[in-house]
Amino acid sequence: MIRRRKTMPRLMSRPDTENPSRGVFTRRALVVLTAQMAALGGLGHRLYELQVRDGDHYARLAENNRVNRRLIAPPRGRVVDRFGIAVASNKVNWRALLLPEETSDIPGTLDRFSALLPIEPRDRARIEREMRHKRRFIPIMLRDFLSWDDMARIELNAPSLPGVVIDVGTTRNYPFGPLLAHVVGYVAPPGEAEVAHDATMALPGMRIGRAGLEQTQDAQLRGTVGAVEIEVNSVGRVMAELSRDDGQPGDEITLTVDSGLQQAVLGRIADQSASAVVMDCRNGEVLAMVSNPSFDPSLFDSGVSQAQWAEWTNDERTPLINKAVAGVYPPGSTFKPAVAMAALRAGTLSPADRIFCPGYLDVGGTRFHCWSRYGHGSLTLRDGLKFSCDVFFYEVARRTGMDAIAAAAHSFGLGTSLDIELPHARQGLIPTPQWRRAHGQHWNGGDTIVSGIGQGFVQVTPLQLATYVSRLASGRAVQPHLVRAVSGKLVEGTDPAHWPALEMPDPFLDQLRQGMFAVVNEPHGTAPKARLDIPGVQMAGKTGSAQVRRVSRAMRESGHFDSSALPWEYRPHALFICFAPFDAPRYAVSVVVEHGNAGAAVAAPLARDIMTDALTRDPANRKEPPGQVVAEIE
Amino acid sequence: MNFQKRLLRAEPNFRILAKLWQVNWLYVLLICVLAGVGYGALYSAAGGSSRPFAGPQSIRFAIGLVMMVCVALTSPRVLVRLAWPLYGLSMLLLVAVLRMGHVGKGAERWLIVGGMQIQPSELAKIALVLVLATWFHRVNYRKMANPLYLLPPALLVLLPVGLVLKEPNLGTAVITGLVGAAIFFAAGMRIWQIALLLAPVPFLGKIVYAHLHDYQKARITTFLHPESDPLGAGYNIIQSKIALGSGGMWGQGYLHGTQGQLNFLPEKQTDFIFTMIAEEWGYVGGIAVIGLLMLMILGGMLIALRSRNQFGRLLGLGIATNFFLYCAVNLSMVMGAIPVGGVPLPLISYGGSAMLTVMFGFGLLLSAWVHRNSRFGEAETEER
Repeated sequence: MIRRRKTMPRLMSRPDTENPSRGVFTRRALVVLTAQMAALGGLGHRLYELQVRDGDHYARLAENNRVNRRLIAPPRGRVVDRFGIAVASNKVNWRALLLPEETSDIPGTLDRFSALLPIEPRDRARIEREMRHKRRFIPIMLRDFLSWDDMARIELNAPSLPGVVIDVGTTRNYPFGPLLAHVVGYVAPPGEAEVAHDATMALPGMRIGRAGLEQTQDAQLRGTVGAVEIEVNSVGRVMAELSRDDGQPGDEITLTVDSGLQQAVLGRIADQSASAVVMDCRNGEVLAMVSNPSFDPSLFDSGVSQAQWAEWTNDERTPLINKAVAGVYPPGSTFKPAVAMAALRAGTLSPADRIFCPGYLDVGGTRFHCWSRYGHGSLTLRDGLKFSCDVFFYEVARRTGMDAIAAAAHSFGLGTSLDIELPHARQGLIPTPQWRRAHGQHWNGGDTIVSGIGQGFVQVTPLQLATYVSRLASGRAVQPHLVRAVSGKLVEGTDPAHWPALEMPDPFLDQLRQGMFAVVNEPHGTAPKARLDIPGVQMAGKTGSAQVRRVSRAMRESGHFDSSALPWEYRPHALFICFAPFDAPRYAVSVVVEHGNAGAAVAAPLARDIMTDALTRDPANRKEPPGQVVAEIE
Repeated sequence: MNFQKRLLRAEPNFRILAKLWQVNWLYVLLICVLAGVGYGALYSAAGGSSRPFAGPQSIRFAIGLVMMVCVALTSPRVLVRLAWPLYGLSMLLLVAVLRMGHVGKGAERWLIVGGMQIQPSELAKIALVLVLATWFHRVNYRKMANPLYLLPPALLVLLPVGLVLKEPNLGTAVITGLVGAAIFFAAGMRIWQIALLLAPVPFLGKIVYAHLHDYQKARITTFLHPESDPLGAGYNIIQSKIALGSGGMWGQGYLHGTQGQLNFLPEKQTDFIFTMIAEEWGYVGGIAVIGLLMLMILGGMLIALRSRNQFGRLLGLGIATNFFLYCAVNLSMVMGAIPVGGVPLPLISYGGSAMLTVMFGFGLLLSAWVHRNSRFGEAETEER
């Protein structure tokens, strides 16, 4: 039973065959030792498998562990006015984001998060929606506008909030609030369609321009998405930033608008439902574009409440609509210079021709009344404009024909789509027989005649009116524009020479300018109230009172027709167009006061005030923007 | 040989020096090298600082070294007499742990004595080895044919195993049981007895599993499918494998292991210290450490084989097997081969009582070497 082994002499100091315990021990200890060495050898092999054979695989896992790649929304470009004052900027916004791919238990994380910082039910619904629609590497915004306390609370509880990170983002800030809302517009989170088109749009903080320049200049303002690679430890604490690509921040857009002037214009308009455009008539730069009432564009960034929306959309004064580009109005008598130009070009009227106004014109069995019941007598073109005689222009229109009138109006920019950087700009309409036929109806002589005084189907926007005056004053086909520079680089058009000359002989344009000068500055002109109070500076203008409904014969003949007795929405619009200084035109202004009754009484003084503001703006604020090429007046 | 004998028979003062001469300094050097590896790893685990791990650990090692040499010079006759009281003391401590132990991670494992954490289960294993070696030193191979001689030592094993299981510390309980089994085996337990004992094991396994704590069951399930709970119980295994794997052949460089330095490795200074080493030093470093550990175990076993008394043999084998089990369980654990279970790597992992008990163990091992030629109290096989 006991085998005596002598095979291991070297392990033993002395052969010890008498002790069976030792022999057994030696054998069995060698078995144990062999097993132990085999086990450790096996572990060495296992180590080889892990480190050498599969090393690349695990190295990749380690890298994934450690490196967190986050996309970052680039800062949206600022919008500044012509003097560099920010009108749309970015406000720092600390927010809590959830990285869905970094937590295995999203509902649990959300529950723990909302125990710290309550999440509104509305937000909760949004978060759940985003979780379904967004890719897992796109973070979801949980709460924004965090206070320091909020952030501290989240940081302290970071270990129980896997995937929750605090991130500094920006929100759009409109320092002037409603002042430039219609021009600058607003931004809102991208919709599903935009996200489907471009996944990076789903990044928190990404905003898309929904109105105004924010919308039309969105591509420039948005910039390109960046990415940051950060090293994180096991609880997600950021240890180091490995690489950072900030992306391309959006371009800064410099407007042509002077926010100070804009403010002044809005102040003049006060609470009227009106719009006014101030243009540099030499180069088309829009210095002010006011549409009143307005709204606060900041409200859109976080979502407009139902009640607020209803209030805006039910307001008959349409605060959400930029009346300057999207409001269409019959131009009324402001249309008359365009009709005159058509006649001069067509040769149906020469400056010396006289037309007699008995107070009405009978054409084809219809009597067309002048605004003056008693008539203006015999008039030249200059007088016709000065007194704004309707009969004069009925006759001129009759002679000239609608096609020529429409051509001239189009040359002035009326009824055309102007190249303005705003969405939803309307084209207005200069009706023609062809247009009427296209709508299956017949154009008759009466249509031409009412069009001659800017009524009937004629419809224009305040911006078109301002462009019209600018072209009339400068003789150049200037286009209105709002963007002066992109990232400091001037856009074309700041130089008047950029704009081609109108196909209108200077003598003809001069006739119109003279007539408009008379309107303001001569005795019995229709707009004495528009006379400037600046020594040596004179203004030329044209009034308009555009009826919004046909004045019935009964009303007119009743003798005491007074439009101010009508309900607001039936009162005529009050219009005024003007330019100044008369001898070196610099500014063109158009004013439309909705249902303001009389252009002369309501719009003309307003235009005068606006023009005065434009001409006399505090010199300290008048440091010229870069690239100004036109010499200073005076 | 004559020289040695002369030294041993010389007067007492001189005998101490002679014994010191007898200490296996090569083996002590190996221990110091391993402790040095531990120091470097702990330095890295603290992110490149001797505090809070490496410095205190080296002080403990120095204390342990002195204690080890003292134990090494202690005669086995003294150790045999100390075995029973030490065993009794460790059992008392185990009971004390259950009574008033410090609860850590759902298990009572530590006693806090004078500001120091003591893990009595460590001491219990050493005491068990001592007491078993003492028992089988007297009850030799021939007597062991009678199962009655196996019953008392079996109880000596089952008592600490039961107490440690109750803590609960499955890993240490299994190691304790296996150390006991190894000594039984080496002492000459008959093969048929072993077969008889092992027969009901599958049945017992089921009962044991049913009585496991939930977290222990979770460890087993996650071990089988670590990806099922990557952020919970499976986290450690996954992260440890990632750390090891990313070390590659040459490692990420000392102090530059991303997993360890970025805290993806839990308990990197204790159970997962090897992961940290292998991440930073790669396969080359990992296999070198495994090689050193193999040398340490091999050296222990050779000491056991060289001993001319059964006590020294079983003591050496028990201690070496204990260290082997530590190494094997820890390495298997960090490589994802067995469930995770709180077993440190001897000499390398951070830990006060573990270091001191390990050094005590080495002291016993070296004592077996120093006194390898002494023969005492062995029944029936008297020295001629």
